[in-house]
Amino acid sequence: MERRATRVGLWIWTVLVVLFLHIPIVIIVLYAFNASNIQGWPITDWTTRWFGPAIHDGEMQDALILSLKAGGLATLFALVLGSAAAFGLARARFFGRNAISFLFVLPIALPGIITGMALNSFFTFWHQSFGLWTIVVGHATFCIVIVFNNVVARLRRTPTSLTEASMDLGADGLQTFRYVTLPAISTALVSGGLLAFALSFDEVIVTTFTAGADNTLPIWIFGNIRLGQELPEVNVVVFLILLLTIVPVTIAQRLTRESGILRTE
Amino acid sequence: MASTSALLDNRRRLAAIVWRRPWLRTAALLVPPVGWMLLLYVAALAALFVYAFWGIDVFTTKVVHTWNLDNFREIFESGAFRGVIWRTIWIAAAVTATCAVIAFPFAYFMARVATPRVRMVLFILVLLPLWSSYLVRVYAWKVILAQDGVLNWSLEKIGLPAANIGYSNTAMWLVFTYIWLPFMILPVYAALERIPHSYIEASRDLGGRGLTTLRRVILPLALPGVVAGSIFTFSLTLGDYITPTLVGGAGSTFIGNVVYSTGLGSAGNLPFAAAFASIPLVVMGIYLVLAKRSGAFEAL
Repeated sequence: MERRATRVGLWIWTVLVVLFLHIPIVIIVLYAFNASNIQGWPITDWTTRWFGPAIHDGEMQDALILSLKAGGLATLFALVLGSAAAFGLARARFFGRNAISFLFVLPIALPGIITGMALNSFFTFWHQSFGLWTIVVGHATFCIVIVFNNVVARLRRTPTSLTEASMDLGADGLQTFRYVTLPAISTALVSGGLLAFALSFDEVIVTTFTAGADNTLPIWIFGNIRLGQELPEVNVVVFLILLLTIVPVTIAQRLTRESGILRTE
Repeated sequence: MASTSALLDNRRRLAAIVWRRPWLRTAALLVPPVGWMLLLYVAALAALFVYAFWGIDVFTTKVVHTWNLDNFREIFESGAFRGVIWRTIWIAAAVTATCAVIAFPFAYFMARVATPRVRMVLFILVLLPLWSSYLVRVYAWKVILAQDGVLNWSLEKIGLPAANIGYSNTAMWLVFTYIWLPFMILPVYAALERIPHSYIEASRDLGGRGLTTLRRVILPLALPGVVAGSIFTFSLTLGDYITPTLVGGAGSTFIGNVVYSTGLGSAGNLPFAAAFASIPLVVMGIYLVLAKRSGAFEAL
């Protein structure tokens, strides 16, 4: 194996990278409990008094509700369309198959500014007014690939003999789907759905181009940070968001094993 | 009862038809998602290109549907706009290179040195920042890099001069590297993990020393992973305007900022913004075709 010095070096490098990845997050969490409304360091007085006004802020609540609606609907579309695509492509071999998988990766591989501006031009062209549904279309478009990748990976690992056995035992297509296929892919669907929701809930670049005058939660946060207003409240909301994102990611991670960027499968 | 069994019969008949013609099943499954992508997404990209060749009436600011190259001429004849494009591509490339250099030893440790338990922990430690709010992480750096922030305070404590890199291109490079690093680590890790141990042993048996094995065996096999990661680090940097707005300075305008400020708002010029946004589209199009050739898409 590697020499001792190499291994020690790699250990140190790894620890440094982990610190680099996590220290900023820890620091911003601390600011949620900063008594001063000036964002300086070190924090001298600690408090939880910003939690009340942050949670009861009307604009924040409206933005949160819009984010939840958009995330929920986008996840729903992504689950249906993403798993349909996965079933269609998992075992099929035909000309154009790669082009189709490329198509699904495209919205996430292209810069957000392009997807945002393209959808903005498209909706403007059709005189479509901006709001919840234009946000949902944008989000669903880049969430499909997450569900697709999770389900496709699971289908490739599930032997076809299972469905064949079910058919041999007299089950029809729907029964086989209900009792054999669905249980086999259920955790992949849950983790894909959770990650799709997390992605939608956090998205800001595409959203600014499809939201019109409406604010999702990230847009509300971005607006306040840029203008430097209501920062103590923003700090609290940011802390709560960080707490919330830990949940879907850990669940998704537990439900499945290895992982790529777009899947935990 | 009779109707129930008739229904069941029909269902079975349908199942049999689909079973005998697998292409029918594939087609039925693929039409909705592919239709969605073509009618909404590809059509939107087409709309972007169409708008890019239109213009606006200077007096009414209404979009005029006459085909011309004025937007592109305006962009490429302006030194300022060329500067913006050049800066964006250059920083995106620098961020990608930095991410690759930081990620490789880390991913190598994860894939080939760490015990399964440590690997699992590291995995979650990479995944958590990846999925934590992007905006929150940029904001964290804005606070850290501020004049009276953590960085300057820490430097002062250990007796070094203040760095004051807030609101600069250096800050953008640092923050982008931080934000997209997990996107590089995961595919590189996946590529390294797939290298069979026998390859490395074979290289050693043939007399390859550590560095030779690294250069001639491991690096070439890890390359698709690096390319897969670079799609994200490069593309995400190329299309960003949030980080330049929050931690960039006066000379930090990105392509995204120009698109954002001209594309939205009452004083907007949609055709011009569309033309500007189609520049990274062309850059990424070329990049993606090259990346696909190298087999990087299997590593996503």
